[in-house]
Amino acid sequence: MTYRLGVDVGGTFTDLLLFNQSSGAFWRHKTPSTPHDSSQGILTGLTAICAGAGITPADIDYFLHGTTVATNAILEGKGARVGLIVTQGYGQVMQIARSFVPGGLAGWIVWPKPEPLAALEDTVEIAGRMDAQGNELRPIDEDGIRAALGRFEGFEALTVSLMNSYLNGGHEKRVGEIAAEMLPGVPVSLSHVVLPEMQEYERTLTTVANAAVRPVVGKYVRNLRSSLRSNGMAGSLSLLRSDGGLMSSEKAEDHPVALLMSGPAGGVTAALWVGKNAGIRNILTLDVGGTSTDVALIENLEARRVRTTEVGHLAVRASALDVKTVGAGGGSIAYVPELTGALRVGPQSAGAVPGPVAYGKGGELPTVTDANVVLGYLPENLLGGAFKLDREGAARAVQTIADRLGIGLMEAARGIIDIVNENMFGALRMISVQQGYDPRHFAVMGFGGAGPLHVNAISRLMGAWPAVSPVSPGVLCALGDATTRMRTETARSFSRRFDETYEAQVNTQLAEMAAQVTAELTAEGIAPEDVTVQFELDVRYEGQAFEVPLSIDAATLEADGLPGVTARFDAEHERLFTFNMDSPHELVNLRAVAMGPLLELEAQRLPQGNGDPIAAKLRDHQLWANGAMVPAVLYDRAKLRAGDIIPGPAIVTEMDSTTLIEADCVGAVDAFGNILINLA
Amino acid sequence: MPARIIQDNQTPFNTVEIDPVTLEVIENALRNARVEMDATLVRTAMSPGIREQGDAFPLIADHKGRMVVGQFGSYIGPFLDGYDGTVEDGDMIFLSDPYSVGGAISHCNDWLVLLPVFRDGRLIAYTSMFGHQSDIGGKVPGSMPIDATEIFQEGVRIPPVKIWKKGTYNEDLIKLVMHQSRTPDWCKADLNALIASCRVAARRVIEMAERFGDDVFVSATDQLLDRNYRAMVQLIESSISEEKVSFEDYICDDGMGYGPYRIKCTMWRENGRVILDFDGTDPQSKASINMLLNENMMRMFFGIYMIMIFDPQILFNDGYYPLIDVRIPEGSLLKPKFPAALSGRTHVLGRLFDILGGLLGQKTPQFLNAAGFSSSPHLFYAGTDKAGKWFQLFQIGFGGIPGRPLGDGPDGHSLFPGFTNVPNEFLERYFPLVIENYSTVADSGGPGLHRGGNGIDMVYRFLEPGVIAIHDDRWFVPPWGVNGGLPGARARKLLVKADGTEIVVGNKLENHPVEAGDRLHFITWGGGGWGDPLDRDPALLVKEVTQGLVTAEGARRYGVVLIDGVVDAAATDALRAEMRATRGDVDVFDFGPDIDTLRANCLAETGLPAPTAPQWVRAAQAA
Repeated sequence: MTYRLGVDVGGTFTDLLLFNQSSGAFWRHKTPSTPHDSSQGILTGLTAICAGAGITPADIDYFLHGTTVATNAILEGKGARVGLIVTQGYGQVMQIARSFVPGGLAGWIVWPKPEPLAALEDTVEIAGRMDAQGNELRPIDEDGIRAALGRFEGFEALTVSLMNSYLNGGHEKRVGEIAAEMLPGVPVSLSHVVLPEMQEYERTLTTVANAAVRPVVGKYVRNLRSSLRSNGMAGSLSLLRSDGGLMSSEKAEDHPVALLMSGPAGGVTAALWVGKNAGIRNILTLDVGGTSTDVALIENLEARRVRTTEVGHLAVRASALDVKTVGAGGGSIAYVPELTGALRVGPQSAGAVPGPVAYGKGGELPTVTDANVVLGYLPENLLGGAFKLDREGAARAVQTIADRLGIGLMEAARGIIDIVNENMFGALRMISVQQGYDPRHFAVMGFGGAGPLHVNAISRLMGAWPAVSPVSPGVLCALGDATTRMRTETARSFSRRFDETYEAQVNTQLAEMAAQVTAELTAEGIAPEDVTVQFELDVRYEGQAFEVPLSIDAATLEADGLPGVTARFDAEHERLFTFNMDSPHELVNLRAVAMGPLLELEAQRLPQGNGDPIAAKLRDHQLWANGAMVPAVLYDRAKLRAGDIIPGPAIVTEMDSTTLIEADCVGAVDAFGNILINLA
Repeated sequence: MPARIIQDNQTPFNTVEIDPVTLEVIENALRNARVEMDATLVRTAMSPGIREQGDAFPLIADHKGRMVVGQFGSYIGPFLDGYDGTVEDGDMIFLSDPYSVGGAISHCNDWLVLLPVFRDGRLIAYTSMFGHQSDIGGKVPGSMPIDATEIFQEGVRIPPVKIWKKGTYNEDLIKLVMHQSRTPDWCKADLNALIASCRVAARRVIEMAERFGDDVFVSATDQLLDRNYRAMVQLIESSISEEKVSFEDYICDDGMGYGPYRIKCTMWRENGRVILDFDGTDPQSKASINMLLNENMMRMFFGIYMIMIFDPQILFNDGYYPLIDVRIPEGSLLKPKFPAALSGRTHVLGRLFDILGGLLGQKTPQFLNAAGFSSSPHLFYAGTDKAGKWFQLFQIGFGGIPGRPLGDGPDGHSLFPGFTNVPNEFLERYFPLVIENYSTVADSGGPGLHRGGNGIDMVYRFLEPGVIAIHDDRWFVPPWGVNGGLPGARARKLLVKADGTEIVVGNKLENHPVEAGDRLHFITWGGGGWGDPLDRDPALLVKEVTQGLVTAEGARRYGVVLIDGVVDAAATDALRAEMRATRGDVDVFDFGPDIDTLRANCLAETGLPAPTAPQWVRAAQAA
């Protein structure tokens, strides 16, 4: 028996999903998070889920973990104090940043400028310069470097980011050597190693971000590893990267910048797994939490990736799944501003505390959850009955909105839901229609606590069917952690026109990079024959600011050559922007991606039913649909069988999530327990 | 004769009731469409001015041409009034002549594309965008000759013409236009990008009309405009007094040795409306610093500043325009007569924002910001490299953001919306130059409780001989401080020859030759300070001295005495007490020395001769 355990630590709950890799059987568990030391919550969950499955922690072979520890370190300003060494004349590279002030005309009046991630007083300049062709313009001065390094005694991390080092890292390397000699034990990040790409600010920021979260992540990982070990868990520990792949916990300690979107990536990788089993290849994901909603696009079972990870106000250059976040969730607060009298929902959120009024924890402002309660979409009991909702309180709060707008209670509640759905719809449009994808070729998968409550409405807005409520939507991120594969990548700047490039140059560099990434995975115990290598080429018209990343494998590249690449670029450009140009093509960056073996396993099937869900019926219910309260039925998800057909309006409840099937829609339970909702 | 709008379908739109939810949904969708325009443009444009710096502005207007979402207000009304032609399904209009749209675009470098959006034979909306072209021909690379005396010297002037006429593309027109440019590839790509952005937005508008129905869409845009009108009525009532307030500020010079030029605005409320009267503004310049100020654009600036200063929650559109009366004297710097040159108008544009801030905050100093909206300083560098290839750089620089009620002004950031700097590694890779220094200038931000942001000293070392041009201001009249804050440092440009010779060059400079190895210090202004510098926490100054943002000497201007980087508390108390006593009462504004004093000390302080007071030719005076 091989067991994989996926663990996702969120702000409120720690979700666990245990997977028997031999049978496809799985167990899930949800336990409160312990923010002061996440490993406590994880261990509580570990003990509980092992008991449920009748195994011990020693039986777990793979512990796979999505974490927001790196993200939070950045967002909460709890990164390490980082010393930064830059080229003479560039000491304020982080202070000036890109000179950008958000907010439009006069936005500067109200913009609070964030402090740089490496403090200005902790930045020093050194002599020496490379030119834009990678030639040495002026040598470095070793005495000057020693003098500069002297002040970094006692720092937790150092970074070196010199001008044009993406073309020649010689100077950075030498600074690194001297630092290792003078300040042994202080980790040093070199920008040409972390990100060998043009643009000094972005490269510096990424290197600094990596260094800043390194001590925090390192401490977290080591602490977790030792807790797990002392509880008998001897299997391997891997973390989920922002790009949806896994990496060993040891590697994560060195390269934590790859973890900044680890949290939301879990949901997307889970959607891939669910989609693969359910035979749905194009998916829009809708992960609805308390304060925000994450959306992503999967085409042909491949999630779109971007080269920039956005965390708070920072845009760090590291590969990530293209996840867009909007401030629209269950806790989003509805309000009517004095001057305009418009109905607004979010982005302010009641969060977990005080939370929606219906939770009875002191919340007083009307939220999306309260509107869902008023409309009857959220039945009284959450979390399997442990938790009763305050429907009257919710109604009182929503009534304040109704009064401000001069409409009825139910209309106001429905308005709140329509607007929050619209905000989610807007985010989904950004990643679909606006990228040239036709949503009618996609399904929408709703998960997270509230995703299945909104997914039916979103499908209707998008014209994207079916709306999918996957099995265990509340712990889907943990499922993603458990079912994805190992991944690593490396990148190099190339910056040359195609008509000045020999194919052999490209192939040689790619081969070197392939060898490098393959070696990284084999070093983690993956057999060389199980490693798949893919290349990505960033292409643009010469002079454009925007590169199109094109995935390609060695065989295709050999067969079609560089002309094949430019032809694919033109097709992609046309899809994105509706036109092509005569300008020469430029090959901007090369990347090699190595992936471990794919988990070839079918999910566990549900027993076959006779199509009638009556056995799962809990009771009759009432909810608001098409302008009136109408009769509906409440079902227990655990008792549904494959093939059951649920006519809307209906509500399906389970431990940690609620699925709404709207009037004039119908839900069908597939072989694996996913509910696929279509128009009736 | 105004434009004739040809519609196959004459059915008028019905005004329908719209529930607040649908209205919110449509507003959001319009806002998203506008964001999408920006994204499309940045990704497909090629000139560094647009792709890296973001010098382009989108707009979606209702079927009457009123801006529903956008940035600088609608120019469609003035365009329709002045356009002697038809607007039909399948048309796309293209123009660049400021005089053809009442100044709604302000110089010929801005190319504007306007797409009327038809559905079922009826005009339902307009989408439009304009963006700054790198070169449109004329007497200098970059096409903004500061020494121009008439608009004919400023490159190709495009009156309103149709790129597409009822769906037919006019290739000859585009060929003719591109033929005038030194950088036709960039212009072609950037024009394509503008067109693509308008088409994307048009597609979104059509989708909205399909989803909600034409009547709902049109009624919704009416209501959005009306909602804004109502919000602004209240804001004006509560924030603008009936008593007249005036504010004036200066453009340092005109690049031909004359200056400074005064801009004056008086504001008051009358019968619920705001009057902005520019009476007292100097007459038009014989050089190119004129700005043909469109009244609607001024209304928009006013509205945005009102909202940002008093209530940043409101979304703005054209709805409140009837509430603002803008009066600009004919023949003045702000309403020059054709064919006055306009290519140096960026300085006036920037100064208008300082003036707005000064006007609006005067009666409510807690909302007042200091000055610092110099201009968007430009550098041009062009020539032919060793390989015989033409290179042409146009770059926009940044200075110090003023001290604000919110806090310190950021150092070396952009006051113009959406602009970013160009990565220096990009500049070095694609142009023959090395950027030897990219730091802010210590002490250049005006001292204050909230310090003004520092200006930038960007040092270009040129690797090829060529010519440079510079457009900057605030080198003579400093950016003022408020509520006790002191003025920021002035801008400065220094050319250091390979042999070390230093030459102070003008801040408005045209066609100046440079040799390989020359280094140019492009130093921008610092923002004015906000609040009393003697109240600033000495510990902050200790930190800023270590950071290199303020020097120990500079800290004394805050009354802080540092010895080896440590505050001498007793000496600080004494110095602060002494400074308080000597300076006396603090005015709301600190403009620095008066113009005569500035003039007298100009050569000593700036290395440049003082500008000569402009002489007005009678004929150019306001009629």
